[in-house]
Amino acid sequence: MKLSELKPGQTAIIKDFSDGDLSLRFLEMGCVPGEEILLERIAPLGDPIAIRVSGYSLCLRVSEAESILISTTEHK
Amino acid sequence: MAADKTLKVALAGNPNSGKSTLFNILTGLNQKIGNFPGVTVDKKSGFTKIKNIAVEFIDFPGSYSLNALSEDEKVLPDVLHDRNNPVHPDVVLYVADSTNIRRSLFLCTQIMDTGIPVILVLNMIDLLEKSDEAIDVAKLADELGIKVFAITARDAKGIEELKLALIESLELPKKKILSEEIAETDKAKKQRSETIQRYKVIGEILKKTVTKKESGLGSSVTKKIDDILTHRIYGFLIFFGVLFLVFQSIFSWSAYPMELIEQLFSAGEEFLLNHLPAGMLTELLVNGILAGISGVVVFIPQIALLFAFIGILEDTGYMARVSFITDRMLRKFGLNGRSVIPLISGVACAVPAIMATRTIPNWKERIITIMVTPLMSCSARLPVYTLLISLVVPSEKVFGFLNLQGLILMALYMIGFIAAILTALLMKFIIKARERSFFIMELPVYRAPRWSSVGLGIIEKVKVFVFEAGKVIVAISIVLWVLSSHAPGDRFEKIEKRFHTEEFLQTHSSDEIEKLIANEKLEQSYAGIMGHFMEPAIRPLGFDWKIGIALVTSFAAREVFVGTMATIYSVGDENNTMSIREKMQAEINPEKGEKRYSTAVAFSLMIFYAFAMQCMSTIAIVYSETKSWKWPALQFAYMSFLAYFSALLVYQLMK
Repeated sequence: MKLSELKPGQTAIIKDFSDGDLSLRFLEMGCVPGEEILLERIAPLGDPIAIRVSGYSLCLRVSEAESILISTTEHK
Repeated sequence: MAADKTLKVALAGNPNSGKSTLFNILTGLNQKIGNFPGVTVDKKSGFTKIKNIAVEFIDFPGSYSLNALSEDEKVLPDVLHDRNNPVHPDVVLYVADSTNIRRSLFLCTQIMDTGIPVILVLNMIDLLEKSDEAIDVAKLADELGIKVFAITARDAKGIEELKLALIESLELPKKKILSEEIAETDKAKKQRSETIQRYKVIGEILKKTVTKKESGLGSSVTKKIDDILTHRIYGFLIFFGVLFLVFQSIFSWSAYPMELIEQLFSAGEEFLLNHLPAGMLTELLVNGILAGISGVVVFIPQIALLFAFIGILEDTGYMARVSFITDRMLRKFGLNGRSVIPLISGVACAVPAIMATRTIPNWKERIITIMVTPLMSCSARLPVYTLLISLVVPSEKVFGFLNLQGLILMALYMIGFIAAILTALLMKFIIKARERSFFIMELPVYRAPRWSSVGLGIIEKVKVFVFEAGKVIVAISIVLWVLSSHAPGDRFEKIEKRFHTEEFLQTHSSDEIEKLIANEKLEQSYAGIMGHFMEPAIRPLGFDWKIGIALVTSFAAREVFVGTMATIYSVGDENNTMSIREKMQAEINPEKGEKRYSTAVAFSLMIFYAFAMQCMSTIAIVYSETKSWKWPALQFAYMSFLAYFSALLVYQLMK
């Protein structure tokens, strides 16, 4: 599953990345595989989105979110 | 360490870590803005003395990693890896946001691994104390093997101890965090596995040093504010409200100080004219240099006000939300969520607006914003518009309540905006991107603005404008003064002789003669010659050589058009728009025997002024912001082209 498919309020675990260039950016910002993320909100026009990771909010475009592969977590 | 050597301290850290606030506290007003060697990235350095040891602080652009891609972020790794670089630091003061300790430690440990001594500053420790986390500072120092200080830059707590630690910095313990070399030949793959490895090590360190009372995702206050500020309806309403406030205040509040500055300068000019011996030098000083300086100083109120607002919006964290809600729309036009403020401020004045593009991290999106912002109708166009509208548009009501003159004025503003957006779209396809457009950006938590950093930010921007753009503005002013007050040969002497005959003195008052001489001199000057020379080129636009002169002189600033018209039509008081209008209305085109300022000419002229780059201050600021003459030259060319052909089209369709 891709991060772009997550709904607001849902949490997930980062698994992998499908875009080499972008992945380094995400990794450096603390989005490392195994990290739990929460989809905080989607911008009023449907793009970009904001996620909660490693204790802070990170905003990214939907096209960028498509490159983050996740697995959803059950709780919450 | 020897007392005569300056200790170089680099300030590094993530954006929003409070790095600049700490820099301001450590150095006060004793700051210098320059460039990092070899690149066009601004370098701020500050000087101070700690116990008789001279210390230079160098503020590096905020970044998240040493593998950075953008020009700004590359400075730090380049300087750290180059021991011969003149700004290579003796010690790095790493500023970390305590509430974001995990991500902060990433860059911190990267820097530690370069072998340069590092002191870690845990900033905003007060915010952490209020939250559900706690950091064991002593334990963290032990784990990292470096000195760690917990401070609150906002109220300068713990600064003295930090300063003392700095001058003992050379005995700092060094320790490698990521000691194992990763066997991987592909650079990108190596960086990736290093990053994952590094976060693993940081995670282990944090496990021993940070205690969480409760695991919660998200700060509740920020979440609640965000629910409103990024709401699909309120979010945009509040944003437009903020824009309206910013725009209104730049437009109206700055009017008083600007008027005061103008009055002060004209009083000063008059004083000098009356007290210095008449002659070329005095005229150069008053009409060339002083006029140029006044043209620089008069912008300071607008710049200060705009940057007060931007400073507050940026510091509170609201600016990031503006980008968040507008990015989708603006991206289509090659712009960025951060282009909104420059574009809207451009309605007041392009100069501060272009300075405001610094907050756009992507190079291409920033250049496009700089290139199109001057198309927004600025306040200097207003006097030109109002004069021409009142000349040809009747003050009638449309649909019983809308003023026709007002409607035309609004249409001119709309045309400027549409031209800006469409030009941006075009440039999106022309300009090559230097780096991929990312929008991976932190949304910082909301906090109260730090007034000292807002204030220092204003001072910094004003300094940049006065010293960078100011030089160019004064130089062009002098050139324009020479053009309009000098003539080849003895043309001016002949004019003086012609008007100072007995016959003239009897039939005209000395005041009238002065005006006639001024008029005649302008016609005969180099500017007048240029006007005549230009006439064949601008005739298809409906302009004559008199308008040609005004086009030359108003290159200094658009509103000079009105003053030049006053001189050309020998109206002494240039503040009296009524009389200029009457003279212009009475002007007859000798070839056609009809009014010179027909509706077609006036509209052609208005469209010309809407698009033309008739502003040397903008050219100067684009130069100082892009650090290259290429962009202002391109901008001048495309805007002149657009202005010429649009005016041509308008005149040919309407005549």
